[in-house]
Amino acid sequence: MYPNDRKYSKEHEWAKQDINESLLIGITDYAQEHLGDIVYLDLPNVGSMLSKMQKLGEIESVKSVSDIFSPVSGEVIEINNIALDSPELVNSDPHNNGWLVRIIVSNASEFDELLTADEYQSFLDSLGS
Amino acid sequence: MNIEYNERRSLAERSFKGKIGTTLPRLDVPVQDMPDAEDIRTDLFLPEVSEGEVVRYMTLLSQMNFSIDTNYYPLGSCTMKYNPKVNEEMASLPGFANIHPRQPKSTVQGALELAYNLQAILAEIVGMSGCSLSTMAGAQGELAGMLMIRAYHVSRGDHKRKFVLIPDSAHGTNPASAAMCGYEVVTIPSDTAGNMDINALRTACNEETVGLMLTLPNTLGLFDTNILEICKLVHDCGGLVYGDGANMNAMLGRTKLGDLGFDVMHFNLHKTFSTPHGGGGPGSGPVCARDILVPFLPSPVISRNTDEESDSYELYEPDTSIGKTSAFHGNFGMLVRAYTYINLLGASGLLEVSENAVLNANYVLANLKDHYSLPYDRVCMHEVVFSAKMQKQQGVSALDIAKRLIDYGIHPPTMYFPLIVEEALMIEPTETESKETIDNFIQVMQAIAQEVLDDPSLLKNAPYATPNTRLDEAKAARNPDLRWHLSS
Repeated sequence: MYPNDRKYSKEHEWAKQDINESLLIGITDYAQEHLGDIVYLDLPNVGSMLSKMQKLGEIESVKSVSDIFSPVSGEVIEINNIALDSPELVNSDPHNNGWLVRIIVSNASEFDELLTADEYQSFLDSLGS
Repeated sequence: MNIEYNERRSLAERSFKGKIGTTLPRLDVPVQDMPDAEDIRTDLFLPEVSEGEVVRYMTLLSQMNFSIDTNYYPLGSCTMKYNPKVNEEMASLPGFANIHPRQPKSTVQGALELAYNLQAILAEIVGMSGCSLSTMAGAQGELAGMLMIRAYHVSRGDHKRKFVLIPDSAHGTNPASAAMCGYEVVTIPSDTAGNMDINALRTACNEETVGLMLTLPNTLGLFDTNILEICKLVHDCGGLVYGDGANMNAMLGRTKLGDLGFDVMHFNLHKTFSTPHGGGGPGSGPVCARDILVPFLPSPVISRNTDEESDSYELYEPDTSIGKTSAFHGNFGMLVRAYTYINLLGASGLLEVSENAVLNANYVLANLKDHYSLPYDRVCMHEVVFSAKMQKQQGVSALDIAKRLIDYGIHPPTMYFPLIVEEALMIEPTETESKETIDNFIQVMQAIAQEVLDDPSLLKNAPYATPNTRLDEAKAARNPDLRWHLSS
């Protein structure tokens, strides 16, 4: 069920190549399902430099507050202001309109190292959920 | 009569122009000029109601309230045990209730004596050398404890330490306290038995380690069997061990944190020692420390000065105190209640507290483990953490189960905490409940597990028996509507 047009991290983020060599980053359907109703997003400022696995922001749901980690290193060039105003978008459409940030990657090999859709699905299966 | 209509109207909606509920006394002071008209609000709406209407309204509200005096309250980690009324009786004695912190110390010697004795009792219970009662809540006790650890390192010229180790099962206030002290947090994972991963701790300990913040028993309700080695590892790298006393009712009279290697800890009097809790507070979070940290205790500490002519109690500031954490002496009324509770129970009574706290939790564990998933299947301490992941397969979450419990007149347990347990239901039966109450809780939990199998949709809209049924928690958080609006 996970789309093949992007890659995934074990922290349940996805990264998808988009226009002008940017990457869109979001959380997976598995992540939104486990978080429950999302009520607040804390996203980085445009221009922030992130390194791989650095905290990218926070997601607050009715259950808990969780950190989001950047699956790759790079510069944040855009954040999804619509999702910021309507965080329920991340629940209803996590893989498309519910994207979180747009990044220009500083190290392309980090993207290649991420999991394919099949590998991510196998990883989820191994979690037993 | 439409009861629903009467109950749900706010005081403002009961207002009727010209009704007066009070009579003002005759004017006995000189008449003053009114402020300028532009300084006076004209839009301030005050309800016009009679005294009887106010009494009925307030009484109805109080009847809608859920409290430890009305219903069972197995809220994990919060120790919502019964608060004996004799505590209130003692705290309302005029010599305690009507004194002022600015009063001459010679006129409050009895109150100071009580606080001095309580310091000694609390220190004895955890095997520490000193105690300060001035911290006003658990989180403030934590922060004070970490500030003391920081002051200790700084006093030794040891400025290189910057990392506080905290297990992944910790209360969220622990990393917050560490961060407020300017430190960075290193999370230590738990192992498959629910203990701290001792190898991860070993790897994390180094010359930059400030110390460890640890709750014992931990938030899974488990006693970490490696505790001696844990404290030794932290001490060997020069760090200190802070103990979060949230779960002290599991250990009263059994073991002392000081003997295990803890350097500083806080109590929650509102948990362990039956002072009011959860909206009825205020809290109280005394800090106890071993000898090397006593000089840093928050101010004031109470001392006893005896010589041949006099015997008196004084407030003093320890030499290198981290300073004041409250305006005066902490929440003194809570100290009276805790002192009453401890003295009424005595040492043997406190032993029974921990015995019953642990027995009750294990009784719940044994009777519910076939109905709910138990992620750490071992003898627990004062609380037990189940997972609703079997129920999740029927589409029913921990939240739905908690809401359904309300229909049976039982307060929901703690949910989704600790974070390392999926769909966590954290149940603390507490030591003050009878076997009948706990049996009823077990039967209700078993009945709910059966409801999940028979009709999962029933749980999705629970509760049904409350003045308000299922609230939209997501909407409440996304679009909070925090004030009542007068409709014209």
